[in-house]
Amino acid sequence: MKITAGRRELAAGMLGLAGLALARPASAFVGPRPECIAPSAPGGGWDFTCRTVGRLMQELKVVEQPVQVSNMPGAVGAVAYANVTGRRNSDNNLFVATSTVGLTQIAQRRYPGDVDRVRWLAMLGADTGVILVRADSRFKTLGDFLDALKSDPTSVVTGGSSSLGGYDHLRLLLLAQKAGIASADLKKFRWIHYDGGGPAVTQMLGGHVEVVSTDLAEIAGFVEAGQIRVLGTMSEARLAGSFANIPTAREQGFDVVGLNWRGFYTGGRVSDEHYNAMVAGLKRVYDSDGWKEAARRSGLQPIWRSGPEFERFVANMVTELRSLSQEIGIIS
Amino acid sequence: MDIIPSLANGFAVAAQPMNLLVAFIGCFVGTVIGALPGIGPVNGIAILIPLAFSLDLSPVSALILLTSVYYGSMFGGRIASILLNIPGDSSAVVTCIDGFPMAKKGRAADALAISAISSFFGGTLATVGLTVLAPSLAMAAIHFGPREYFALYVMAIIIVGGIATGNPAKTLVAGLLGLVIGTVGIDPATGIPRFTFGAYELYEGIDFVIVAIGLFAISEFLIYIEQRRTGPVEQVPVGRRTTALRRLTYPATSLRASLLGFVIGVLPGAGATLASFMGYALEKRVSDKENTFGKGDPRGVAAPEAADNAAAGGSLVPMLTLGVPGSGTTAIMLGMLVTLNVQPGPLLFQQQPDIVWGLVAALYVSNIILLILNIPLVGIFAKLLSVPPHYLMPGVVTVSFLGVYSVNQNSFDLLMMVGFGVFGYLLRKMSIPLVPVVLGIILGTPMEQSLRRALAASGGDVWTLFQSPLALGLHAVTAIIVAIAILRESRRRIGEAAATRGA
Repeated sequence: MKITAGRRELAAGMLGLAGLALARPASAFVGPRPECIAPSAPGGGWDFTCRTVGRLMQELKVVEQPVQVSNMPGAVGAVAYANVTGRRNSDNNLFVATSTVGLTQIAQRRYPGDVDRVRWLAMLGADTGVILVRADSRFKTLGDFLDALKSDPTSVVTGGSSSLGGYDHLRLLLLAQKAGIASADLKKFRWIHYDGGGPAVTQMLGGHVEVVSTDLAEIAGFVEAGQIRVLGTMSEARLAGSFANIPTAREQGFDVVGLNWRGFYTGGRVSDEHYNAMVAGLKRVYDSDGWKEAARRSGLQPIWRSGPEFERFVANMVTELRSLSQEIGIIS
Repeated sequence: MDIIPSLANGFAVAAQPMNLLVAFIGCFVGTVIGALPGIGPVNGIAILIPLAFSLDLSPVSALILLTSVYYGSMFGGRIASILLNIPGDSSAVVTCIDGFPMAKKGRAADALAISAISSFFGGTLATVGLTVLAPSLAMAAIHFGPREYFALYVMAIIIVGGIATGNPAKTLVAGLLGLVIGTVGIDPATGIPRFTFGAYELYEGIDFVIVAIGLFAISEFLIYIEQRRTGPVEQVPVGRRTTALRRLTYPATSLRASLLGFVIGVLPGAGATLASFMGYALEKRVSDKENTFGKGDPRGVAAPEAADNAAAGGSLVPMLTLGVPGSGTTAIMLGMLVTLNVQPGPLLFQQQPDIVWGLVAALYVSNIILLILNIPLVGIFAKLLSVPPHYLMPGVVTVSFLGVYSVNQNSFDLLMMVGFGVFGYLLRKMSIPLVPVVLGIILGTPMEQSLRRALAASGGDVWTLFQSPLALGLHAVTAIIVAIAILRESRRRIGEAAATRGA
């Protein structure tokens, strides 16, 4: 392991030197060798984010050189986070894909360091959290479901595509909090983890889990087929298109927004000049038709937050998730 | 679901030039891999998985590549058995019994041709079975919840463990080692890292490819280094085929063995090795009137060949429809599928029909390609065996390193692979079988997770595991299998004791 670390350090150092040697005016999007780190294996969600945005940057001529996508899987993004904060903290060539999943890890102190170790660039889109039941379920509204949990927190078997304490679980608990369920009772919820929204929903169809909390995109087909009912979306406003008739959690009286957003961070010591150039570059991607199309195809709602607004959003989210995780005993 | 139109769609997928090419390459490479002594389908697939990734193939093409390699190496595994008396893999052991005597009589080419023809027979019959049975199995499987899956995995581990080798205690040790290795990494239920010792490299668990290549290929190399002193392997001249192909087909033998092999293959965990042994045993009982078996009887080659290829096809049924591997090789393929974001299981046929039916059609195509490839190329494949081991083995090791590195581009993985190689060598020295280790890793994680899911749903009540008729039924079958094994073993011991007294 030490050998590995040493080599990585060396490689990173060499890249850093190369970056210095070829330093250019900051008007360009990033340094001369734009690189997007996907902290997952090829084919994962973060890999998709990097490759899509990288491709669009090149098409829109935001960058002069093609964006190199590096896969750095490990510990749900912690390996990449350690690498960036430890060795490439001022590397203006670099931006890293992340999402709510990574942020939950930071909130639960599973990354080396807190949110302020890096600079948060922007979010470009988000998948929407949904609460699902079978079409023939006894629950017709979020209120029905949360009332049942309120009278007996063990009476409903819930599940989703994350572990206990993962974002699917936590945003369900946020809803329950809004319904006035005490923290002591939140811990008693029965939660089954699945490997994805698809398996969770198929298990729900088989009657093995009653309520599923997950992202909309992966299971949209089941909703359209009429096999399952969406009790509520955790979006700021109603969704467009075929999902427009689904009420939000907010309008049912439970003010929780549970977005699984996709975005980027860069090193904590990247200069303001480079940081602003990167945000501007990402904005051009966001504004393009190509991004709208890519987002639509993967079920994301295009949502833009950047700069200080995004940093505040990230900080608030971490605070909220951290205190919830502490209340239910996931972390101390 | 209508089988014919689905299959027609499947053929449309399989007949895409890319997929045909992939199937052809897979068959050829698989045959070569199978023919190389010591590298069986398990290693072959384990080595080729990273290649499938680096070529950036679509899931269906990757799957076709692997299954055609699988089928190909089942074909090719016999070549070394027949020519050198070295089984290419464990299911080819039986083929040595009559195949090598045939080769010594100068009928090597005949034996190879018989092997190819009966393999084709078995493989095709199993594919027909897969076509007809798999959809109905898939329909039944939505009733499988966490409890039922847990019962199924327990059963699979028991069956595979029970038949892997002679010594049950050592098999148990091997299986438990696999279960332990499988627990390393972030616990999917709670998101908390286990046995990672603070090393981020271990957070995602130990990739089964690393374990499989380490345990099989690297330990093979270490064994080879050790055995080099015992002298060169005896070479057998490859004779020309002397008999007409028609006279080298044994339809009755092939049919019997194929049916048996398919049924065994469909049973989760039974696999091709058991099928080949049982196919041979059945054929010997039925046909060995003149005591010719074991002395170069062609039917002794045809039967195990048909049986184990039928089992190979059969074992794809539980893998695709239940997400449960039927053999060591499908266990590795299962891991591959999951990595490709294809979730094998009850709904695979509904959710990803293109992939499934494309694969089924590709199996038919692969079988035909293999037959065409094998008959004329018998002599050429045999020549591959004349590559001296001191060139061959370093090549194997090089491929292993490349393969493992390509999974995560992480040199930590290479160190782990070498570690597992040494570990595998030690296990072999202690005659602890390696397949249960890999199965423990691959089956252990889903077994644990289904247990955790079942307990999460019940709020920790263990009796929930027995409160479903389906789960109870599966547990009952497992209990019966264990009881029969114990009974048979004790009877055998009594018989042995009696024989000793008699002598």
